[in-house]
Amino acid sequence: MTKTTTDTLRDTTTSPAGDFSALPGLMSLMTGDEKHGPAATSTLDALWVLYDRVLRVSPATAEDPDRDRFLLSKGHGPMAYYAVLAAKGFFPTAWLPGFGSYDSPLGHHPDRLLVPGAEIGSGSLGHGLPLAVGTALGLGAQGRTGPAVWVLIGDAELDEGSNHEAIAYAGAAGLSRLHALVVDNSSATHGWRGGIASRFEAAGWSTTTVDGRDHEALYAAFTQPHPDRPLAVVARVEPKEYAGDPKPKTEATSEAEPEPRGEAA
Amino acid sequence: MDTMRERFASVTTRLLDEDPRLAVVLADIGVDGFRTAAERHPRRVVNVGIREQLLIGVGGGLALTGLRPIMHTFASFLVERPFEQLKLDLGHQGVGGVLVSAAGSYDWPAGGFTHMAPGDIALLDSLDGWTVHVPGHPDEAETLLRHAAAAGDDKVYVRLSVQSNEAARPVDGARFLTLREGRGGVVLAVGPMLDNVLAATEGLDVTVLYASTVRPFDDAALRTAVAGATAADVVIVEPYHDGTSTRHANDALAHVPHRVLGLGVGRRELRRYGQIDEHLAGQGLDARSLRERITGFLAG
Repeated sequence: MTKTTTDTLRDTTTSPAGDFSALPGLMSLMTGDEKHGPAATSTLDALWVLYDRVLRVSPATAEDPDRDRFLLSKGHGPMAYYAVLAAKGFFPTAWLPGFGSYDSPLGHHPDRLLVPGAEIGSGSLGHGLPLAVGTALGLGAQGRTGPAVWVLIGDAELDEGSNHEAIAYAGAAGLSRLHALVVDNSSATHGWRGGIASRFEAAGWSTTTVDGRDHEALYAAFTQPHPDRPLAVVARVEPKEYAGDPKPKTEATSEAEPEPRGEAA
Repeated sequence: MDTMRERFASVTTRLLDEDPRLAVVLADIGVDGFRTAAERHPRRVVNVGIREQLLIGVGGGLALTGLRPIMHTFASFLVERPFEQLKLDLGHQGVGGVLVSAAGSYDWPAGGFTHMAPGDIALLDSLDGWTVHVPGHPDEAETLLRHAAAAGDDKVYVRLSVQSNEAARPVDGARFLTLREGRGGVVLAVGPMLDNVLAATEGLDVTVLYASTVRPFDDAALRTAVAGATAADVVIVEPYHDGTSTRHANDALAHVPHRVLGLGVGRRELRRYGQIDEHLAGQGLDARSLRERITGFLAG
């Protein structure tokens, strides 16, 4: 494990928007907390590496039919996602403090009709990967072979059977422009015996499992060749700390932790 | 005469040639009818296997890239099983598509309740913005499928059935048709219910309206028909859950005291197999039963 993000987050909140060190400050605008535990930031490093170095999409090309697509399927706990989009200029950082309020476009689950740069509205688990399969098929049907389609799902989200419909079909169809990023914080109630990657491998995907905090490892995984196959990158981060936690896993939120269940997905 | 489903395959095969925006998504049902289309347009005819959540999710993804997906399987697996996908992968994403169902309420009675979907329209009524076509004849199905394919980014449901009327009517994808005019009340027949309704109301002094497009509901046509009757008494005969359109009729007639009787398929399971005619009788939707129920209501 490399230096944890929580450590990194502590002393960099004054950095300008536009680089990784600015993200915790941007998240604080939403949460009101100076620090964020591993749960709130489970997706942060992978999202940053994608948007900073991999995805060919920017505010200027957000409507370009040949842009890369990133679909946040695990819509719970989207603070890290919003922080990255704001840092990359998709919408003003001034929107962040309104997070979750009636007049804000930034909900506790993202809505693609409200959030510039958001390719899908999500929140109900298990919808992003099927939508990503359709997106990859639709781009291919129009001869748009350039754009990559990425979808982020959580290890607990994999419980939803709809994912397994999509995993099996995408492998069989050889959707080589499709990429699944599975952020694994060990939050699936029954775990994944044999490993998450094995589900994708058995269906005919290329797979890599990496340290979800290691930016170079993530970048290498994201950019590896995978001819004729979709790619799944399993990014492992610190376990979601539910063991021994007396609080039930519910949708209920507290002021101290806006999305207790959220990042678990 | 070909069936509505056969017409669906032949018409859609031609539409795929004509309109590069169209794509067909299947889930192992109806694949044979699209063999030629799949050879001609392998990237726009997709069969995902027996995966109905993926059927709709893929449709939503295709639509996100600008295509117009046409998704097809039996009504029970198109509307009921992946209902949340209809709500979220189409509606909530702000994209549209065409759902084309088969088997309806009891097209295959020997198949039992697992293959019956009399609640499909009621379910869609809980969502915003769906156009619903219920053709009563293969020629009407062709007209309505063409309307659906050309309807921009609208969300459109086309409910195909092997139940069919003897003759096609000149449907336009929007308006109710007035087939008979009378003074004693208004009977609205939906899609394949028409022939039985015409037989049931033979000799009665009632207006018979015919609807092959039920959403949006043609409020104006119903109001006009009621204005010509001595009493604002309306009977709606639908081939799916009874009462599905009653709310719409009430809303259309909110300005006038009125009565509405909603006839259709009951919620209870008959737990019977057999033939379609036996189920029509079992639901009280054969001509003789309809006449009794309609005259009883109008006399009340």
